[in-house]
Amino acid sequence: MTNLSSQPAANAQTPSTMDLVNKNLAKRYRAEKRFKAYGIAAILFGLACLVILFTDIVSKGHSAFLQTYVYLEVTYDADTLEIDDINNPQQIAIADYSALVKASLRQQFTDAKSRKERRNLYGLVSNGASFTLRESLEDNPALLNQTVGVWLLADDDVDTYYKSRGDDKADAFVGRLVPKQVAWIETWITNQQIKKRFNTTFFTSGDSREPEQAGILGAMAGSLFTLLVTIILSFPIGVAAAVYLEEYAPKNKLTDFIEVNINNLAAVPSIIFGLLGLAIFIGYFEMHRSLPLVGGLVLSLMTLPTIIISSRAAIKSVPPSIRDAALGLGASKMQVILHHVLPLSMPGMLTGAIIGFAQALGETAPLLMIGMVAFIVDIPGGISDPSTVLPVQIFLWSDSPERAFIERTSAAIMVLLAFLITMNTFAILLRNRLERRW
Amino acid sequence: MNTSMLLVIAIIMMAMAFFLGRKRAITVAGGNHGIRNLNSLPGYYGTLSALWCGIPSLLILALWVIFDDYIIIQIIIQELPTSSQALSESELGLLLNTVANIALNNSSTLVAEPFIIEAADRLNGLKSISQMALSVVILCVAMGLALFSWLRVNTQLKARVKVENVFKIVLLLCASIAVFTTAGIVFSVIFESIKFFQSVPFFDFVFGLQWSPQMAIRADQIGGSGAFGAVPLFAGTMLISVIAMIIAVPAGLMAAIYLSEYASPKVRTIVKPALEVLAGVPTVVYGFFAALTVAPYLRDTGSMFGLSVSSESALAAGLVMGVMIIPFISSLSDDVINAVPQSLRDGSLGLGATHSETIKQVIIPAALPGIVGGILLAVSRAIGETMIVVMAAGLAANLTANPLESVTTVTVQIVTLLVGDQEFNSPKTLSAFALGLMLFLITLALNSIALMVVKKYREQYE
Repeated sequence: MTNLSSQPAANAQTPSTMDLVNKNLAKRYRAEKRFKAYGIAAILFGLACLVILFTDIVSKGHSAFLQTYVYLEVTYDADTLEIDDINNPQQIAIADYSALVKASLRQQFTDAKSRKERRNLYGLVSNGASFTLRESLEDNPALLNQTVGVWLLADDDVDTYYKSRGDDKADAFVGRLVPKQVAWIETWITNQQIKKRFNTTFFTSGDSREPEQAGILGAMAGSLFTLLVTIILSFPIGVAAAVYLEEYAPKNKLTDFIEVNINNLAAVPSIIFGLLGLAIFIGYFEMHRSLPLVGGLVLSLMTLPTIIISSRAAIKSVPPSIRDAALGLGASKMQVILHHVLPLSMPGMLTGAIIGFAQALGETAPLLMIGMVAFIVDIPGGISDPSTVLPVQIFLWSDSPERAFIERTSAAIMVLLAFLITMNTFAILLRNRLERRW
Repeated sequence: MNTSMLLVIAIIMMAMAFFLGRKRAITVAGGNHGIRNLNSLPGYYGTLSALWCGIPSLLILALWVIFDDYIIIQIIIQELPTSSQALSESELGLLLNTVANIALNNSSTLVAEPFIIEAADRLNGLKSISQMALSVVILCVAMGLALFSWLRVNTQLKARVKVENVFKIVLLLCASIAVFTTAGIVFSVIFESIKFFQSVPFFDFVFGLQWSPQMAIRADQIGGSGAFGAVPLFAGTMLISVIAMIIAVPAGLMAAIYLSEYASPKVRTIVKPALEVLAGVPTVVYGFFAALTVAPYLRDTGSMFGLSVSSESALAAGLVMGVMIIPFISSLSDDVINAVPQSLRDGSLGLGATHSETIKQVIIPAALPGIVGGILLAVSRAIGETMIVVMAAGLAANLTANPLESVTTVTVQIVTLLVGDQEFNSPKTLSAFALGLMLFLITLALNSIALMVVKKYREQYE
């Protein structure tokens, strides 16, 4: 090494180290700036992906919260309905209400002559409309033989057309609609016989093959029951396991083996847990498919490692002095744990557990394995009713060819994300509120 | 009495045993003033009594419920005519199913041979006998044990120690559930895989280049070749994982470096959780995004440049998977970079290195084992990822390295083979378990290596 200070600057033959440093300095600073820019670019890329993902989902899904309805003058004609005794609920229940809708449509659009054209015309109103009519007649039997104006659920193609139309007819998404159908819809629009209302069906009904009648209540109930089973099983067991490993476990081979197992299980792909559920719970114990009970069992095995790991961290953060003080006052090991360690570490445990449950709520793959993909219209009423869950419902709908299902899928995703964000925010708040720093 | 009723009764008995035991302890000690003469607090005597009474009764209940069906069926089979006993296993199963159905319906509408109806009556009879016997046994055991523990209470009984031992054993059982789960996974995939390898040779599976699991149901059926070569699946999995890693590793690593070395605490507290939101988004949402937004976009862009991009291209699935893994890599790398001692940074900066030179030449080499461990964990995550590929990658088992084509992965095939109705024991269904076994082994190996590397690295600086 040359000595920096003693080197005369005038000596041009051998450039000093300082010169060498200075010569490269600009280049090095540029490299520094570039490197920093890469870092910023990486973060911006990540954040941009997040923003794109969310805006994409919201822009696709927000329209599903509105639903198109059509105003029709319907006559509750006793002959068409074949009701001769209005006090007979049986007759009201089985009557053919779709005939009323068809009659009303025929009356308005007399240009539908051929069978095919009429079928197209009838297709504009959802077949769910007949349930609306039946309910209103059940509520008010005096309507029989009266003509009233009612807002009826439009078919999903009409819904998509009307939503995509905006102000200009040319923008509209025609899809499967034939020109004549489009003309009829336009007549409705000019007559102001068509409007969008808040889509209550989406939140109050189960799955359906018809997009306009499909809802997420069944899937939400299924998710709730599945999650309930998961919470009841995995939280106590996970906490107990963490307490054992932190407070009791001797340093030996068995403890090491348990620890290695827990760490490995935390990284096993979720689909493998689905295989476990299929082979053990369904294949060996012969439980039925599609039950929230089985789903909850599988998900609790899956979340258990997460809960154990976070609970252990929470127990570790309780300072030993508290244990020593309690032991010194004559408390037994169990009293130390139940009276002091657990209450103090509970916020941390709950935070970790809620994050684990949020993961379980968004999990799809293992539930596909145990048959929660069945098409189930009924809303489950307990853990032993066949059901599906919200993420699986999203998966099922995303596979459907109808365009109207795209917006419903996105809307279901928005609901799922809302639940997850609520859970995670709650976990963070809990941590900030209750966690004590020692 | 049915089983849930008995469960409730057992719990009520436990509660009674608790109060009796506690009261007995106080009486034995000679009233409230004598409690200090007791070995433990009265509550412990109560708890011990409850455990004495509850654990054996609940165990008997559980064992009875598990085994009574089996025993009853064996008795029924014994009593069937000899001609039926000689039936094959599946035919016998069918017969027993009929018996069970008739026994359940209790109706004569089902036409059946007299011996079947007889068996059904017998089944109902045995079931009610079993239920009654169970009720009697549980009640007797619970009461007997409650009385026994009541008599055992005395001032010298070390109730607290005993209760604590039970508590400890319960905790140990909970902790070992992880071991049972691993064992369950291993056994469930291994047994089915062994059955599979009996019909398809192991080497054909591991080295075969053709995957078309459609088996001929009838011998004369066309197209049911049933080739089970897993190489295209693993190649497809690797292709998608590599694409994901190409996105995730630089982005995640640079984000972690920036956040831990350059960013102000304020930026850090905002950006870090924001990036972690990406990890919290359910994979089914990514799958939807990949299939409905990214894939059509790539196809349209590709056709603009005259490229034919499959609508289920490996690229779309890989890109989205990469985005999903960014926060995974960035938070793992963040941890290891923060674990590098400050003295190394100070030393390098003191020698005149710029910040980026310090990072590139000192911090990254020092943190490399930890970073590699994190990347391995991320790779195992990518290999096991299911929903994105199920929704965005295809089903065709192409053996290709072109990311614009459609490939399929191990997880996609497991899902396709096992979703919906399937017959157990056909090679098609069993092959899913063989794939699951391979997947489990690969991810297990990656995780073990990664955890070992990270652990070693942590020890180095602690």
